[in-house]
Amino acid sequence: EFSGKKNDNGNYTVTLIPGDGIGPEISDSVQRIYKAAGVPIDWEPVNVTPELRNGRTVIPEEALNSVKKNTIALKGPLATPIGKGHVSLNLTLRRIFNLFANVRPCKSVVGYKTPYDDVNTVLIRENTEGEYSGIEHTVVDGVVQSFKLITRDASERCARYAFTHARDIGRNRVTAIHKANIMKLSDGLFLEACNDVAKDFPDIQFDDVLLDRACLHIVQDPSRYSSTVMVMPNLYGDILSDMCAGLIGGLGLTPSGNIGRDASIFEAVHGTAPDIAGKDLANPTALLLSSIMMLRHMHLNPYADSIEKAVLDTIAEGKVLTRDLGGKASNTEFTNQIINNLKN
Amino acid sequence: TKYGGKYTVTLIPGDGIGQETAAAVKTIFRAANVPVEWEQLDVTGYTQEGDLLFKQSVDSLVRNKVALKGILYTPISKLGHQSFNVAMRKDLDIYASLVIIKNLKGCPARHKNVDFAIIRENTEGEYSGLEHQSYPGVVESVKIVTRTKTERIARFAFDFALKFGRKKVTCVHKANIMKLGDGLFLNTCREVAKDYKSSGIEFDDMIVDNCSMQLVSKPQQFDVMVMPNLYGNIVSNVGAALVGGAGIIPGANIGREYVIFEPGCRHVGKDIQGNNTANPTALILSGVMMLQHLGLNDYANRISNAVYKTIESGSARTHDMGGASTTTDFTLAVISNL
Ligand SMILES: Nc1ncnc2c1ncn2[C@@H]1O[C@H](COP(=O)(O)OP(=O)(O)OP(=O)(O)O)[C@@H](O)[C@H]1O
Ligand SMILES: Nc1ncnc2c1ncn2[C@@H]1O[C@H](COP(=O)(O)OP(=O)(O)OP(=O)(O)O)[C@@H](O)[C@H]1O
Ligand SMILES: [Mg+2]
Ligand SMILES: [Mg+2]
Repeated sequence: EFSGKKNDNGNYTVTLIPGDGIGPEISDSVQRIYKAAGVPIDWEPVNVTPELRNGRTVIPEEALNSVKKNTIALKGPLATPIGKGHVSLNLTLRRIFNLFANVRPCKSVVGYKTPYDDVNTVLIRENTEGEYSGIEHTVVDGVVQSFKLITRDASERCARYAFTHARDIGRNRVTAIHKANIMKLSDGLFLEACNDVAKDFPDIQFDDVLLDRACLHIVQDPSRYSSTVMVMPNLYGDILSDMCAGLIGGLGLTPSGNIGRDASIFEAVHGTAPDIAGKDLANPTALLLSSIMMLRHMHLNPYADSIEKAVLDTIAEGKVLTRDLGGKASNTEFTNQIINNLKN
Repeated sequence: TKYGGKYTVTLIPGDGIGQETAAAVKTIFRAANVPVEWEQLDVTGYTQEGDLLFKQSVDSLVRNKVALKGILYTPISKLGHQSFNVAMRKDLDIYASLVIIKNLKGCPARHKNVDFAIIRENTEGEYSGLEHQSYPGVVESVKIVTRTKTERIARFAFDFALKFGRKKVTCVHKANIMKLGDGLFLNTCREVAKDYKSSGIEFDDMIVDNCSMQLVSKPQQFDVMVMPNLYGNIVSNVGAALVGGAGIIPGANIGREYVIFEPGCRHVGKDIQGNNTANPTALILSGVMMLQHLGLNDYANRISNAVYKTIESGSARTHDMGGASTTTDFTLAVISNL
């Protein structure tokens, strides 16, 4: 639950992590659009480029303090540093702020044609354990064990968020996705936690589906999942969230939010696109849609609705589109068109 | 096993739609005078650990070496028995699962020109069955990856590519996160790829989340895919959905001594059990793969052509293919097209 307070200007302060590559350009688009829409937000841009302290690479204190204070942030793509000793920044942020659930809604975008025009999925991924526990060892040369860790606490926390989110977005069903027929204890525990939490939400129905069956059904007919909120352990969430993104045309159009105990960070999940960085060619849609999720999280729904309408209208009109959407426009032109559409 | 010009094969119809689809196969094989004698075992997964009929099924397969099989139900409860399906593959070292994802003319699908093979390690990985509760509310599940088994499945994939004139093998993994486990899988595939370089087979790899996105957006890019157990479960179901669903995808599980032919998506189909609406194509085409394995190619071709013709002409179309024909209608249509 968002607990931020308005600042002296009567606005909410939000940390902005522009990121690398095309990050600054698309962050700039978001800021221009927000200004035009009169959103009551003051941005606090911070730099998260790791710095060396006591021989360790760490995220600058200033950035961490900003997120801690504001409890909400919008984040562009970060380049993953290559080489030993660097822990991924995304992982670091996740640990520091206890970002326990990743929310990925995918909705077909009118005007961007794919073989699927009936996608409207919402997926919640447990973000802190499972197959990403990092516990692995070589037993003898050529034999490796990787541990998947499932705890009741993390599962319940994630399930609870799924039910709360379902309520928030007006869906009356939650569906757990698992493989408890094979992984009886681990996925079994996840499922059991979901079942227990479900009892606290009598207004929301609960069911569960095997992973394989879910894959089959979502890809065959995504509309079957348009009235539920899916919840699942880490790896399944990783795979299925990208799969759903694929159904609507890729990561350039999918928003994402990381819900945490101490803060929530909304982000574009596409890469830094170094090939087009600095050329004013990037499509800001994913970051913009993520920021719209953020507005709803902050209960600023009217602003979310009007900006969402402007961006979706712009894509549906098809007159001013960036190259990845099949158009010829620059990021600036596309952003201007969204601002024009805000006024209608 | 072959006696007097006839092959004896174990038939395990399985739960759900198993009986209906197995009946279709038997009827068609009889109409085509296929020299196969069935040794049928109506084992079910709705039973206990140590089920006698299950033991007899395994014995039968050991005797006959070849089985045609539907899917046995696996309980979700932790008190329930382990998967009989997995147990058979593991105990008899039936290590390679092969599933072909290909459009069938006349079968409605969201994607066109799809044609790839999924080769999946069947005996280890996430299906190790090794789990424990280290503390109340804390459970660990062990995924095992070994170089020996990975090398074996990688060779299987490349040999398959060579044999069927395919050009590229893609390893699907999550080695960026599971650096040791999936790392071993990926590195072993890379090593094996070197041995096949001179035969012109290309090798690449893809992270499983990206792969699932690519599958639903550009599935035409895939040729032969090789992967650990769990990813195979996901990819075969995503793949099936691209071209028309679980009802049309056949599969084979191949080991050193024993081979089990079973539908590629491995679904029980409890929701449509007993309705006479199931599409028997997946099991019939699994049976066709079995005939090829037995060297009965003429019978295999006759039956597969009859199935293709039935679907292409639309003379019978089950519910999943957008029609209203029953399993029986479809079966009779195939027979009339023989
Ligand atoms: N927002 C965007 N607008 C336009 N094109 C994009 C956008 N994001 C990604 N792309 C394009 O998609 C392709 C892959 O993008 P991605 O950012 O993942 O590149 P990358 O080289 O993998 O970067 P990274 O190392 O940060 O992941 C690139 O060709 C890029 O141009
Ligand atoms: N041969 C077939 N023809 C038509 N539909 C099929 C066929 N095989 C599987 N399906 C469909 O594929 C889906 C997945 O089947 P699955 O076995 O998961 O269903 P189930 O048995 O009802 O559920 P569970 O696996 O939980 O027992 C179902 O909708 C089923 O009807
Ligand atoms: Mg991912
Ligand atoms: Mg990238």
